Amino acid sequence: MSALQRLFNFNGGVKPAYNKEASIGLPIAVPPTPTLLVIPLHQSIGGMPRPLVKAGERVLKGQRIGGADGNVSSAVHASTSGTVVAVEMRLMPHTSGLTALCVVIEPDGRDEWIPRQPFDFRSATPTQSRDYLRDAGVVGLGGAVFPTYLKLNPGKHGRLDTLVLNGAECEPFITCDDMLMRERAETVLKGAVIMREMLGAGQVLVGIEDNKPEAIAAMEVAAQAANAAAGDAAIKIVAVPTRYPAGGAKQLIRVLTGIEVPHGKRSTDYGVQCFNVGTAYAVYEAITLGQPLISRIVTIAGNVGRARNYEVLFGTPMRDLVALCDPLPDSDRVIMGGPMMGLRMPNDSVPVVKAANCILVGSRKLFPPPPPEMPCIRCGECAKVCPSDLQPFEMYWFSRARIFGKTQEYHLFDCIECGCCAYVCPSHIPLVDYYRFAKSEIWAHESEKEAADVARQRYEFRLLREEREKQEKAAKLAAKTAAGRERAAAALADADKPAVTPEQDAKKALIAAALELARTQKAQVQPENISNLTPEQQAEIDAIEARRAEIREMAKPHVRQND
Amino acid sequence: MLAAILVMALGAIVLGAALGYAAVRFRVEGDPLVEKIDAILPQTQCGQCGFPGCKPYAQAIAKGEAEINQCPPGGDEGIHKLADLLGREFKPLSAEHGVEKPKSVAVIDEQVCIGCTLCIQACPVDAIIGAAKQMHTIVARQCTGCELCLPPCPVNCISMQPIGESVENWKWKYPVFKIAPARREAA
Amino acid sequence: MNNSLNNSPYFRQPASVQSVMLRVLAALIPGIAAYVWFFGAGILVQIALASVAALAAEALMLSLRGKPLAMFLGDGSALVTAWLIALTFPSIAPWWLTVCGTLLAIVVAKHLYGGLGQNPFNPAMVAFALMIVAYPQLMSQWPAAGATDFATQWQAIFGSRQIDAITMATPLDALRTALHTAEAKASVASVLGANPAVGGLGGKGWEWVAVGYLLGGLWLLQQRIVTWHMPTAFLAGLALVAGLFNLIDSTQFAGPLFHIFTGGAMLGAFFIVTDPVSGTTTPRGKLIFAAGVALLTWIIRTFGAYPDGIAFAVLLMNITAPLIDMYTQPPVFGHKNGEAP
Repeated sequence: MSALQRLFNFNGGVKPAYNKEASIGLPIAVPPTPTLLVIPLHQSIGGMPRPLVKAGERVLKGQRIGGADGNVSSAVHASTSGTVVAVEMRLMPHTSGLTALCVVIEPDGRDEWIPRQPFDFRSATPTQSRDYLRDAGVVGLGGAVFPTYLKLNPGKHGRLDTLVLNGAECEPFITCDDMLMRERAETVLKGAVIMREMLGAGQVLVGIEDNKPEAIAAMEVAAQAANAAAGDAAIKIVAVPTRYPAGGAKQLIRVLTGIEVPHGKRSTDYGVQCFNVGTAYAVYEAITLGQPLISRIVTIAGNVGRARNYEVLFGTPMRDLVALCDPLPDSDRVIMGGPMMGLRMPNDSVPVVKAANCILVGSRKLFPPPPPEMPCIRCGECAKVCPSDLQPFEMYWFSRARIFGKTQEYHLFDCIECGCCAYVCPSHIPLVDYYRFAKSEIWAHESEKEAADVARQRYEFRLLREEREKQEKAAKLAAKTAAGRERAAAALADADKPAVTPEQDAKKALIAAALELARTQKAQVQPENISNLTPEQQAEIDAIEARRAEIREMAKPHVRQND
Repeated sequence: MLAAILVMALGAIVLGAALGYAAVRFRVEGDPLVEKIDAILPQTQCGQCGFPGCKPYAQAIAKGEAEINQCPPGGDEGIHKLADLLGREFKPLSAEHGVEKPKSVAVIDEQVCIGCTLCIQACPVDAIIGAAKQMHTIVARQCTGCELCLPPCPVNCISMQPIGESVENWKWKYPVFKIAPARREAA
Repeated sequence: MNNSLNNSPYFRQPASVQSVMLRVLAALIPGIAAYVWFFGAGILVQIALASVAALAAEALMLSLRGKPLAMFLGDGSALVTAWLIALTFPSIAPWWLTVCGTLLAIVVAKHLYGGLGQNPFNPAMVAFALMIVAYPQLMSQWPAAGATDFATQWQAIFGSRQIDAITMATPLDALRTALHTAEAKASVASVLGANPAVGGLGGKGWEWVAVGYLLGGLWLLQQRIVTWHMPTAFLAGLALVAGLFNLIDSTQFAGPLFHIFTGGAMLGAFFIVTDPVSGTTTPRGKLIFAAGVALLTWIIRTFGAYPDGIAFAVLLMNITAPLIDMYTQPPVFGHKNGEAP
C-alpha cells in the first residue's frame, strides 16, 4: 500500500451489515445470450437518444441503435448481432412501472461485431474525443449513469490536480467493482491512464474501502506496473475506511483530497474529477479496443442460493440472470442496486441497463417491511449520520407538510438520498421517500412554472403582434386614403366643376377612384388555372358558370350584395 | 394652549414629511399585486374566468372585481394559493366557470383538417402552425390546453388529449403507510 | 410482485422509540436506588402512581384521538414523563398531587398539542411548574434524609397523617429562605452549616442521588442516546455562573459544586434538558439551549421566589428552541468554506 496518503473524514455515515462474502466466491461469468434483448433507449442522464433502427433491420454487435440527442445524452448500441423485432414501448427498469421506447432485438447467435478500430485520442482534438465517447455510449457505471464525455473536461483551469477512481463500493451486497478490480486491475488502470491524459490530471488516486484486501492487492500490483511503465508514481491505491456512503463521489473526494464539492458545482472547478472503476474499464474498451459500451458486470445477490457476478449484455431480462443463481422460493421482489439506494423493479422481466450494478433479490425475511411509522421525536439521529450535514428531520417536517420552499432552504437538493437517515430513524419514518416526493413535486412545479412563463410570454407577444398588425393596417389604410385624395384632387382639377363643394366632390372622387382601382385589380387578377385549357374543360367551366349565375339569380333577394 | 397647538402642528408636519419622504423613497412601481396574482394563475389564457386572459383576470382580482374561484385550470391548489396571497377565505371552484380537468393538450386530426386557419386565430399563445388551405398542427409543448381552438373548428377535427404519465414526468408519491395492524405471517 | 412494498433503504437499524425510552428509564434506576436508600421507599409509590396515571391518561387520549393504542402506549414516552414527574415532585406529596400533575402533563402538555413529538414544552416540567404555582406549600415539603420509615411515608402520601413532622426544607430552600428573610446577617456558610440536611456537596443524601443520576447519564452518553452537548453545557454553565458570583461574594452566593449537586440539577442535566422533542437539535443549538437553561436556573434559584428553577428555566428556553435551531443550522457539506474558489 502506498505509504502515508493523508486521509480526511466526512461526517455521518453508517455501518450496515455488508453481506458481500456471498458473491465473491466465484469468478465473473458470462451468462448465455438471452432469446430476446430489450434495450431501452434512455439509459443515461440527459436527453432521450433518437432511435436509429427500424423493425426488421439487421444489426451487428456494437452497432449504434440510439443516437445521442442534445447536449447531455449518450448513445446506445446493440449488445449482440441479430434482427430488430420492434422499436416500441416496453416496461422500464424503474420503480414507476412505466414504459419507454426500447429496441427489441432477436439475437442471431453469431455475435458478429461491427468493424472495430482503436481511437487515437492523442491526435484527436478534445472535442473529437468527447464526441467519440458520447457515440460509444460510455456513461458512469457507479449507478448515476452520467455521460462520461461530459466529465472528461478539464474545466476552467485546463488541467486537474487529481483524478479520483472510485472503487469504494460501499453499498452492502454489491461486489461488481470488487471483482472487476480483482480480475481486471490492469485494464482498469489502463483506462485510468487514458482518462488522466485527457484531463491532464497530476495524480490518480484509487479509493478502495479497506474491506476489500484482495482488490487492493491486485490494484497495487497493477499500479506498480503502470507506474513503472510511465516512469512516475502518479497512480496511488488508497485504502479508505469502510463506512457507508464512502463510495459517494463527493464523500470519496472528501476522504481522499479533503475537498468538499458543493451541490451544483463541478468538481473540476476544484481541481478534481471522480470516476467509477467500471467507467475506467469502459473507457479503455471504447478507446483502445474500439468497443462501445454494450455490457457491464452485475452482481446478483440477496435471496439467492448462489450469488455471483456476471458480465451481462444490456437488454438481458433480469429474470434470466436471477434464474442462474438459484433464487429462494420466498423471493418477492427484484431491486436494481443495493439495499440502501436501490430501486425496486416493477417485476423481474425488466432488462439490465447501464445503471444496473446489482440485481438484489429480496424477500420479506431478508428485507422485512418497516415497522409502522411513529411520530418524529426530533432525536437528531438522522442529522448525526447525514453525510451531507443536512438536518433530515427538518426537511421531513416540511416535506410532510408540503412546504417545499422551506425544504429547499434546508438544502433538500444537497441530499444524495443515501438512506442513512431512514436507516437509523428510531421512529421508522421513510425519510428518503419524503425527500423523493418533495424533490419530484418541486421539479414538477418548476417545469409547470416554466411552461406558464412561456405561455405568458407568447400570449403577451400575440397581443403585441395583434396591436402592431392593427396599427399597420390602419397606416396602410391611411396611406391609401391619402393617395386616393390626391388622385381625386387631380381629377377635380381636370373636370373643373366648381358647383359642387370641394368636400363632397373629394368624397365622390374618392369612391370613384376606389371603384376604378378595384376594377383594374379585378381585371388584372385572373385565376391561373383557367389558362391553357382543353375545350372539354372550358365547356365544363362554362356550364358551372351558367349554373352559378342561375343560382345567384335565384338567391338574389336573400343574398347581401357585396362587391 | 398655544404651545399645545404648536406641538401638535409640529408633530403633524414632521410626521407628514416623513410619510411623504417614505412615499417617494419607497415608491412601488407598477402594481406588484397584479404581478403576484398573475404568477399564480396557470397562464392557459382560456378565458373561462370570464376575462380575456390571465392578466385581465389578475387585474380584476386585484381590484376586487372578481372572485378568486373562477379559474378551473388552476384548480383548488390555485385557489388556495390565491387565498393565501390575498388573505381571503378559500372557496371551492365556482361551477359556472367550469370544472377542473386533467392537464391536456389539443391535437388536430390532420386527415380531417381543411386548413381554414380559424383555430390559428383563436389560439392565445400561437401554438398552432399552418397556413390557409394547408394542414395545421399544434406544437404540443406550447399548448396550454385552453380549448379555445375547439369551437371555431368547422369540421371538429381538434380533440383534447390528456397528458399521460411517462418516466420523465413521473412523480414519487406522498409516502402513505397504512397504520392498520400488520398481518400475522409465518416467519 | 407486490407494489405495496417499501422503497429504499430496504433494511434498517433495529432502533425504535421504545428502546430509546426504555433505556432512558433504565438510566434513572441508579438515582432512584440512591433516593430510596436515603429518603425511603415513598418515591417508589410516587413512581407507581405517576406511571399508572400516565398510562391511563395516554390510553384515554389516544382512543379519543383515534390513534392505534398498542403502538403508542408501548413507546414508553408516557412512562418517561411519569418517572420524571415522580422524581421532581416531593416523594411525600399527597397522591392526588402527583396524579393531577401527571394528568396535566399527558393530557394538556402532550396530547392537546398533538401527542408524541409535537409538544413544544417539556410535559414533566409543565406539570411541575403548574403544581408549584398552585400548591407551593405541598410542593416544598421534602422528606428529611434518613427518615425512611415507609409506613409514615405511605400515610403522608395517602393523606391520613399530618406530614409536617417528617418534612424538611431542601438545602436550596433553606438557603433561599435564610438569605431572603434574615436581615443580611446570614451567609451561605452559616445557613448551609447550620442545616442538618446539608452534607458535603449538595445536601445530605441529595448529593448521592445526584451521583446516581450522573451514573445513569453517563451510561446514556455511552449508549449515544444523548450527546455530550447538553449535559456539558448545562453543568458547565451552572458551575461557571455560580462560581463567578461565588468569587464575587461567597457569603451571598453558593458555590458551583453546591449548585451542581443540589436540587434537580443533575437530573435536569441528563434527563430533562435533553428532552429532544421540546429542545434544540443542532449541536450549537444544544449548547446554547442548555447554557441558557443553566443561567436561568441559577437566576431563579438565587433571586426567584421558588426553591428550584429548573422547571421554569426549561420552559422558558423551550419557547426559544425553534429560534435557536433556526439560527444555528450547521453548514451543509460543501458550503463550509464560503463558495467556489
